[in-house]
Amino acid sequence: MIKVENINKQYAGKLVASNINVAFEKGKVTSIIGPNGAGKSTLLSIMSRLLDKDSGSVYVDGTELEKWATKTLAKRLAVLKQTNNLNMRFTVKELISFGRFPHSQGKLTDTDRQVIQHAIEYLDLQVIQDKYLDNLSGGQKQLAFIAMVMAQDTDYVLLDEPLNNLDIKHSLQIMKNIRRLAHDMNKAVVIVIHDINFASCYSDNIIAMKNGEVAIAGSVQEVIRAPVLESIYDTPFKVVTLDNQNVCVYY
Amino acid sequence: MKWLFFSLCLLSLGSLFVGVSQLSVISLIELDSDAWDLLITSRLPRLLAILLAGAGLSIAGLVMQQISQNKFAAPSTSGTIECAMLGYMLSLLLFGNGDALWLIFLTAIIGTLVFVKLIQSIQFKNAIFVPLIGIIFGNIIQSLVTFIAYKFDALQNLSNWSLANFSNILQGDFELLYIAIPCAIITYLYANQISAVGIGKSFATNLGLKYGQIVTIGVILVSMMAATVVMIVGELPFLGLIVPNIIAYYQGDNLKKNLPNTALLGACVVLVCDLISRIIIFPYELPVSMFISIIGGLVFIVLLLKREANDR
Amino acid sequence: MTDKSKICLLIILIVSFAVFLLGHGLTADNYQYFLSKRTPKILAMILASIAIALSSFAFQTITHNRILTPSIMGFDALYLLIQVSIVFITGSLSVVALNPYINFSISAFIMVSFSTLLFHFYFGSGRRNIIVLLLVGVVLSQLLFNIANMLVMMLDPNEYAVVQANMFASFGTVSKQLVYLCIPIILLAAIALFKHANVLDVLWLENDNATSLGVDVPIVTKRALLLSALLIAVSTALVGPVLFLGLLVTNLTREWFTTYQHKTLFIGCSLISMLALLSGQVIVEHVFALQTTLSVVINFIGGLYFLRMLLKNQIV
Repeated sequence: MIKVENINKQYAGKLVASNINVAFEKGKVTSIIGPNGAGKSTLLSIMSRLLDKDSGSVYVDGTELEKWATKTLAKRLAVLKQTNNLNMRFTVKELISFGRFPHSQGKLTDTDRQVIQHAIEYLDLQVIQDKYLDNLSGGQKQLAFIAMVMAQDTDYVLLDEPLNNLDIKHSLQIMKNIRRLAHDMNKAVVIVIHDINFASCYSDNIIAMKNGEVAIAGSVQEVIRAPVLESIYDTPFKVVTLDNQNVCVYY
Repeated sequence: MKWLFFSLCLLSLGSLFVGVSQLSVISLIELDSDAWDLLITSRLPRLLAILLAGAGLSIAGLVMQQISQNKFAAPSTSGTIECAMLGYMLSLLLFGNGDALWLIFLTAIIGTLVFVKLIQSIQFKNAIFVPLIGIIFGNIIQSLVTFIAYKFDALQNLSNWSLANFSNILQGDFELLYIAIPCAIITYLYANQISAVGIGKSFATNLGLKYGQIVTIGVILVSMMAATVVMIVGELPFLGLIVPNIIAYYQGDNLKKNLPNTALLGACVVLVCDLISRIIIFPYELPVSMFISIIGGLVFIVLLLKREANDR
Repeated sequence: MTDKSKICLLIILIVSFAVFLLGHGLTADNYQYFLSKRTPKILAMILASIAIALSSFAFQTITHNRILTPSIMGFDALYLLIQVSIVFITGSLSVVALNPYINFSISAFIMVSFSTLLFHFYFGSGRRNIIVLLLVGVVLSQLLFNIANMLVMMLDPNEYAVVQANMFASFGTVSKQLVYLCIPIILLAAIALFKHANVLDVLWLENDNATSLGVDVPIVTKRALLLSALLIAVSTALVGPVLFLGLLVTNLTREWFTTYQHKTLFIGCSLISMLALLSGQVIVEHVFALQTTLSVVINFIGGLYFLRMLLKNQIV
């Protein structure tokens, strides 16, 4: 369980996170939604020690974030930000192997190789595993990075806009795998996501943010409702139910 | 403007009376022939050389900034200085002496034109690219120059240039610097056209100007002024870069209006630096280029960081 | 060709150049004299190549780019300024100036502390535009060099001679004492860097990913920086400033070697750097018959290469 308590963060005089209290459970996919500048990525970065907070605390498995050695924490918690520029050429497999770094510090053991192989098969990357990343499409690259995070084999997986710049086919593929990660492997997966319908159909819980605050946090049924979304996005919404899923129409 | 002019006069007067040999107003009034001799053969030429070099190089920077449409372009950041040196070396190589002025001018002009064409042919995302490429371009030419200088035992001349100094300028040495005056006048006459070029090629063409022609005239003016200064005085790094920027900071970008002020301020800066270099380890002198390069480098860095802060 | 065979090829080339430089024109009568002159010189070149290669490569990894090197950012100008300041403050006949051990320890210490300042100035306040950084670095280098030059001019002529020899890259005159002092330093720094090789590999993935993988980025960055600063002090002390060598050899290494692993890249880069210096020296001695200096050749080739990189926009 990750618990976030009373987090505040200012950035150039502007509150980007104000008094945030949320929790994330294992075995569940939690989506963080909200308009641009709502503080979604900030929250994700603070939870994963990439960004310092001004006040408040984050507990990972009951221990405060600052008390974790960054090396040990890397075996429990993995985070993937949205821009991943590499200034070196890697093959897909080499990239995924980096996921084992927290466990073996760069010297791969047999167990490591098995985990890497498993991640490759799980995400169906066998065909491209020896290709260089700069020759791949955006979707394939994103999948490779997710495979790296998978190989890291942590209880908590935090992904910042994993669908950015991806087409529908790749988005679906990634969201399905995210759900499998949480439900089959009992991980807590947290994603920052812009597409409300993906969030609605593939997550268990949703946190909606606005102006650095949590507007509402709860199950999909509680959050994906027209009045709630209208107040968050300042846009008229219509929510319909299709095949037991809530789907938003907003144009 | 008035203020600048006033300080320039004051500084000039001060400059005349600083030196190893005593020169006092009284002895001048008493028509002491030694004193007058000193004034005319040494002090006055030195002052004139400083004023002409400072003003000329600053104007050259101003023009360069217009024609390359870049705030950070100047003879020292576009390879002009190094090309002039290359010209001198070629003159040594071909004629056995460094007197072929036309060759020096020609090399400087060609080098600067190459640089201007180079930066025009490439689309830059960032204006800072231009001085960077200019400095590296200058470095490459410089290593060529050193290569030739090594062969011809002319390294001495090279270090003389890199350490600009007004201390050995006497009557008869500096007169070539007067070239700055006609150059400045031509710049003033062409100011409107050069300004139009500074706004952009399509703008200038739209006004019925011959873009290429104006750019070439600008390059010729810049190269002649910069080459003369480096031949006679030495390098005055970053002077042509910072002076126009300071003036533009206070007065905007009107070339015609800025031209006299740029000239005045440039002369003032060199004069002040020259005075410091004469006083600091009196009775010895330090090369003035050191102060200019240190002050110029600092101001340049501040300008860069400031610009970047504005961009963000 | 695999990376291993590339390394073997490089070693063969380096050994043949080194043997040629050491051995040409030797006879039974003169070999003692020549060898005693040539050995420290070649040793100095080899040590300097290693120092430049390792420091440049580590610096590029921690700053996440392939165009900045410590030399270009003014680190070796800083070293010169420190050297000159020492003579300026204590005098050229003082123990500090003349004893290479004391002199080097003090300069290296100041160097390491100041380079941290310099690094904070460049990389401290958020992420700067890399071209701005580059230009500021180039200008700052010139500035530091000019200040050093000014101090030199203010010395009296006798002291001037002591310092001036250090101001320009010269492979001709090397103090034996200094060479033997530098061997253990470079060895220790190299071992420390190799120990961090795996962690540095993770830094290829940028700081956020590296943190997620359990790398303490600030600490690793600081250590790598200190080691770079120390190595730059060593190489500048040995052969003087060589502006573009680091840039040239790191990028040649990246182009030629396929691996991402610092272990191999460090070795490859050091070897390429040795090959560059030794072959350059052979050319200077035997093609140009000593009518030019190695630093001129390196700056010309390195400058052209740099310009090409800039114009091809290979700056990320």
